[in-house]
Amino acid sequence: MGQEVCQGTVKIIQGNEAIVEAAIAAGCRFFAGYPITPASEIAEAMAQRLPQVNGVFLQMEDEIASICAAIGASFGGMKACTASSGPGISLKQEGVGYAAVVEAPIVIINVMRGGPATGMPTAPGQQDILQAKYGSHGDYEIIALMPSSCQEAFDLTYKAFVLAEKYRVPVYILSDEIVGHTREKVRIPAGLKPVERKKPPKEGYQPFKAGDDGLLDGMPAFNEGYKLLIEGQLHDENGNRAAHLPEVCAKLTERLCKKITNHADQLVDIETSFLDDAEIVVVSFGSPARPSLRAVKDAREKNIRAGYIKIRTIWPFPEKKIAELAAKAHTLIVPELNIGRMVNEVKRAVAGQVEVVSLPKLGGLLHTPGEILAEIERRATVCTR
Amino acid sequence: MDIRDKVALVGGIGCSGWIPVYIDVDTLHVLHGRAIPFASGLKMSDPSRKVIVFTGDGDCLGIGGNHFIHGARRNIDITVIMVHNQIYGMTGGQVAPTTPSHGKTKTSPYGNPEIPFDGCALAKAAGATFVARWTTAHPRQLSKTIAEAIDHEGFSFIEVLTQCPTQAGRVIYGVADPAQLLDMLKANTINVNAAKNKSIEELTGKILIGNLYHDDERLEFASNYYKKISKLAASC
Ligand SMILES: Cc1ncc(C[n+]2csc(CCOP(=O)(O)OP(=O)(O)O)c2C)c(N)n1
Repeated sequence: MGQEVCQGTVKIIQGNEAIVEAAIAAGCRFFAGYPITPASEIAEAMAQRLPQVNGVFLQMEDEIASICAAIGASFGGMKACTASSGPGISLKQEGVGYAAVVEAPIVIINVMRGGPATGMPTAPGQQDILQAKYGSHGDYEIIALMPSSCQEAFDLTYKAFVLAEKYRVPVYILSDEIVGHTREKVRIPAGLKPVERKKPPKEGYQPFKAGDDGLLDGMPAFNEGYKLLIEGQLHDENGNRAAHLPEVCAKLTERLCKKITNHADQLVDIETSFLDDAEIVVVSFGSPARPSLRAVKDAREKNIRAGYIKIRTIWPFPEKKIAELAAKAHTLIVPELNIGRMVNEVKRAVAGQVEVVSLPKLGGLLHTPGEILAEIERRATVCTR
Repeated sequence: MDIRDKVALVGGIGCSGWIPVYIDVDTLHVLHGRAIPFASGLKMSDPSRKVIVFTGDGDCLGIGGNHFIHGARRNIDITVIMVHNQIYGMTGGQVAPTTPSHGKTKTSPYGNPEIPFDGCALAKAAGATFVARWTTAHPRQLSKTIAEAIDHEGFSFIEVLTQCPTQAGRVIYGVADPAQLLDMLKANTINVNAAKNKSIEELTGKILIGNLYHDDERLEFASNYYKKISKLAASC
C-alpha cells in the first residue's frame, strides 16, 4: 500500500478536501454520511480516499444512520467521522447526545449554510454555533473548532481527532460554505502520525471509571475481551444503567460537563494581531476572521489603534482568555454570519468592563473588510469625541 | 476462541432492547430505532465480527423502519431478532405499526384504524437473505434458528411473536395470563412445512412460522466491501 497522505507537500485544494486529507492523516478509517450542499465534497472525497487506505466509506440512508454508524465504528475500533450541513446536522442531534454520554470519540463536521430549514443551501452561515453546544437534549459538553481557511480546515481537523481521543467526546468542526468551497494552498506537514488510541489495562477494567481529571483512560474496542456494556441511559462506572440512582446520575452528568469545561484553559486556541496597544478589537471566528484582519490592518494605516482576535476553539468558549486580552480595549466588535449569537458569549466574558458591539451579517453574505473598517472607524470617533 | 471474541450485541430501545444487556458479551445499548445503523458501524469496522441486534416491533418497523429496509437491502451480515408483541410495550401500551387492525390500545381506543406491517414479508422484499418467524411458545425451534441465522452470512431477520401479558395481552386481547397467551400463540400459528398440505380454509387466520426464506447467492455487503477495496492502494 502506498503512502497514505502525501505529507510534506503543498496542494491547492478545497477546504472540504483538506478536511478529508487531515482526517485520513489522523487515522480516520470510517466515514458515514449523506449528501448535502455544501458538505457533499467531504463525502465524495472520503468515498475516493478511504478505500485506498483500507478504510470504510458508507453512504447511509440518512444523517441519523450516519452518526449512529460512526459511533458503532468508533466502538468497533476505528477512528470515525461524519459530515453534513444544516438540516442533516439537526437530524444527527440525538446521536450527538448519545456519543457524549457513552463518551464516543467521533468527529462531526458541519459545513454551515444559512438556515433554518432548507434555508440557503449554497450560501454560508454561522447560525449553528449554539446548536453545536446545545443541540441535543440534556446537559453535556462538546468541543468545537472553527477554521477560517483551507489550511486551518486541515490543521483543525487533525486536531479534532486528537481531542476526540483525549477527551473521549464528540468534536465538531464548524466550517462554513466559504471555507468548504474555497480552493487555496494547503501545506500538509511532514511527520503527521495517526492519532493513538490507548488500550486500557484489562484487569478489573471499569469502562466509565474516570481519573481525577474526569477523563477516561484510553478506549477499548468491542471483541477485545473487556466485557463492555455501553449504555445510553445514565450509568455507573461499569456501564450499568443508573436512572434510579440520583447520586450516580448527578455525578456522571457533572463529570461529562466538567471534563471539558475544567480543561477550557488547555483547550484555548486563539490567534492575535496588533493587540498590544489596541483600543478597538475585532473578535472573530471562522470566515469573518479574514475580512476582520484586513479591516484591522486598514485601520492601522489610518492610525486607529485596532486589534484582532481569532478564536479557533469556540467551545468551550475561551471566556477567561477573551476577558484578559480585551482588558485594555474600550470596544470589542464581533462580526458573525448570524443574527448576533456569539456576541453574547463575548459580553458575558467581559462582564460589562468593555463595550461590545454586534456586527451581524445575514442573507448568506460575508462582511467586506470595508464594512468592518467602517464600524471600527465609527467606534474610534465616538471615543475621541 | 471464546464466543465473546467474535460476537457483539446491540439493543434498541423498548422492553426488548434490554435483552442483550443481561448477556455477558460486549453490548451497545443505543437509541430508539437506530440499532441497525450502530450495528452496521460495528460490523464494517471488523467484518469478522458477528453482530446481533435485539429490537422491538416499534423500534424495528416504526421509528427504525427505514434503517431496517436499507440494512436488508445491503444484505449486511447482521442478525436482527425482532421481539414482536404488537404494541409499544415500554411506553405503556400504545398502537404500533404491527398492532392488528381494530386492536384497541391506549392510542387506538376506538380500534386501530390502520393496517399492520408484516415484518418478514418486508425483510424479504427489501433483500434480507434469511427470514424466519417463531413464537416464545417454540423455544427449542427458535434457538436452533437463532444459531442458523448467526451462521448465515448476510442480513438475517427473525421475528419472535411474544405474549406480553402486561400490555398487548391485557389491552388488545383482554387476557393477562401468560400461559393462556402462549396457548393462543400456538393455536394461531402453523409451521410453514405443515401448511403446504393445508387448504386455504384451514390456513385462514393462521400465521406461518418456521424458516420462511433463505438465499445463499446474494453477496454479503461487509465481506464483499473489504474484498473490493483490498485491490486498491493509495499513492501520492
Ligand atoms: C426518539 C424516541 N422516541 C420515543 C421514545 C420512547 N420510547 C421508548 S420505548 C418505545 C416503544 C418501544 O416499543 P417496541 O419497539 O415495540 O418495544 P417493546 O417495548 O414493545 O418491546 C418508545 C416509543 C424514545 N426513547 N426515543
